[in-house]
Amino acid sequence: MEIPRDLALERRQQSGPHYSEPLERRGDWNDGSLTTAARRAWDQKQLSVLVEGNEKTIAGGLGWFSVGLGLMELLAPRTLERFLGIRHHGLLLRIMGLREIASGVGILTGSRPSSWLWARVGGDVIDIASLGMAFNSDTAKPANIGLACAAVAAVTVLDLRCAQELSRNDDSALSMRIIEVRKSIQINCSPAEVYKFWRDFSNLPKFMSNVESVETLSEKRSHWCVIGPTGKRLEWDAEITDEQENRLIAWRSLEGAQIENHGSVRFETAPGRRGTYVKVHLQYSPPGGIFGARVARLFGREPRQQIHEDLHHLKQIMETGEIITTKGQPAGRGSATSWKYDQAVRRQVDSRSDYQSSAV
Amino acid sequence: MKANCWYGKGDVQVVNVSEPEILNNHDAVVRVTSTAICGSDLHLYNNFVPTMEKGDILGHEFMGEVVEVGSEVHNLKAGDRVVASFPISCGKCFFCQRELFSLCENSNPNAWMAQKLFGHSPAGIYGYTHMLGGFAGGQAEYARVPFADVGTVKIPDGLSDEQVLFLSDIFPTGYMAAENCNIQPGDTIAVWGCGPVGQLAIKSAYLLGAERVIGIDRFPYRLQIAHEKAGAEVLNYEECDVYDSLMEMTGGLGPDACIDAVGMEAHVPGVIGAYDRVKQSMMLESDRPHVVRQAIIACLKGGTVSIPGVYGGFDDKIPLGSLVNKALTVKTGQTHVQHYFAPLLERIQSGDIDPSFIITHRLPLEEAPRGFEMFLNKEDDCLKVVLKP
Repeated sequence: MEIPRDLALERRQQSGPHYSEPLERRGDWNDGSLTTAARRAWDQKQLSVLVEGNEKTIAGGLGWFSVGLGLMELLAPRTLERFLGIRHHGLLLRIMGLREIASGVGILTGSRPSSWLWARVGGDVIDIASLGMAFNSDTAKPANIGLACAAVAAVTVLDLRCAQELSRNDDSALSMRIIEVRKSIQINCSPAEVYKFWRDFSNLPKFMSNVESVETLSEKRSHWCVIGPTGKRLEWDAEITDEQENRLIAWRSLEGAQIENHGSVRFETAPGRRGTYVKVHLQYSPPGGIFGARVARLFGREPRQQIHEDLHHLKQIMETGEIITTKGQPAGRGSATSWKYDQAVRRQVDSRSDYQSSAV
Repeated sequence: MKANCWYGKGDVQVVNVSEPEILNNHDAVVRVTSTAICGSDLHLYNNFVPTMEKGDILGHEFMGEVVEVGSEVHNLKAGDRVVASFPISCGKCFFCQRELFSLCENSNPNAWMAQKLFGHSPAGIYGYTHMLGGFAGGQAEYARVPFADVGTVKIPDGLSDEQVLFLSDIFPTGYMAAENCNIQPGDTIAVWGCGPVGQLAIKSAYLLGAERVIGIDRFPYRLQIAHEKAGAEVLNYEECDVYDSLMEMTGGLGPDACIDAVGMEAHVPGVIGAYDRVKQSMMLESDRPHVVRQAIIACLKGGTVSIPGVYGGFDDKIPLGSLVNKALTVKTGQTHVQHYFAPLLERIQSGDIDPSFIITHRLPLEEAPRGFEMFLNKEDDCLKVVLKP
């Protein structure tokens, strides 16, 4: 019943062209280009790739079982009563029937069958408890009730396994260890100018708000200090793996890095006198795993958002020589900026320091 | 210094705040001599535009005297008398270099927020929501002007504040609205809304060669100004059917171009009005796009619908069928004010137009809250309020 991890991966790869976006790029949503509904649809589409296994088939079976049992409880409570040897519980049976149908329909049509399966597990427990109480009835037929108990227990086990497995898949879909970000931005100057600015790594902290310092150790190697989402300082050595003048810089972290990462930045001549397209591709294992990444997202430090902001700041420095700010302006409240809306401004590198010398 | 700040729906107050400083090297600080309340400020006053924060200084129409400049400001010096443009524009990006100043890429520090709503961010604007930068506005004694070289026009001696103040927003806005109509000799232009922008759009349409301009409103005093001072034929939509009247006036052809100088808070009579109001109040629809609907339906086949009015979100029941089948052109946008600075200043200097004809009230800055109330409720035949700090 369990899908091995790499099989899931293989399935995803096999699923081929119609999933042009790799799963690792789920972070992409937060750029706001999708509505909540579209996001959910995307989510579901991704999940269905993973869940396309036994669990889903079994889940489907359990869904139909729920619907069938529910219909029987709803439409023919008397027959059931007679079978179990109980009386005057028609209404209760009908309510239980409705619950069965609801969870069945939920499993079959819901976007997250796992939660409905958990609902089924809960229902099973109630069923067993009610059957247990039925034993005490004077007219009870213990053999039949025992049979029903056994059937429900078997289904419960199935429900439980299936729910567990599907939940795990849900999580695994959300908890890829690697975060991948692609972002690109147009900058109104030549690739050579942007390349030159970027290649001097000491310039990076000027627009990457969470990068504290980058120290050049040798031609290819550098030492990075980054403030993580929780405020913890993370450090690593990186090396340049590929470099083409005015076109490309690629790097990866070296062994012992607190965040394993690799990536590249391309500087492409944009058509029609549009200057340069700067394209960043970055993959990293978030500190604190995916949980850390989720927490970071809560604080607006979603990686794609972060990199987008950083690139916007790079653009501003290259085009105007500074990053525009509202920090320190007057306002009729305690603070110059708004706590609610100006997080991006608060994250800015202080632009009062002089950029002119380094910018073009 | 004193500044007029936003504190919520229908709540603006003049309070004491710190004086602005140079925050970026391209900044200048201006001692404000005249500032105005814009119709679009009323959208904020009515709390229809999200991402305002208590304590935001309002105002994007202002002028004054430069008192301080940053190290990268080259064309201005202390003592210069300038009008500031409402969009803040860097002058260096792809859009600024094409003179599409209101689309500047580098002037909105909260660009990500606007990008979420619009797909891309327009330029930052003074005192107009945090989504558009969260910049302190100009209804104050002093104001900071970022990218001051690009965002100001120097005013020569001999012109009064009132003659040039509206270069900051509404004159270029009315003018661009008319320019967007691609006016040819003999054209008839219909202008919905005879507020300040509508009046200046009427005037501009004539400046650009329109044969007839028709102003549409429901307030007799506004229609009177449109007729007497701007020279328009007028329609009161509470007394006639706009479509029928326009058809009657144009032999059934419809106006060559229609200008929507009303925007998101259109007053809509009848059932459709109720529909829009309910949807807007339930946040199902962000605007009341009645005028756009009417303009599309009334416009000449092959004509142009020009929208200077402010809209913010996602609107319903826009007659795309009519738009397509009548082969209409829609032109719109926040005004590229800086593009119009020089030519419109020249128009004022040469006496082609004196935009100050729309001013009905002059108040000290301290009375800004009363100005907002009067302007909103059209009290005392209020058309345009100028504040003097």
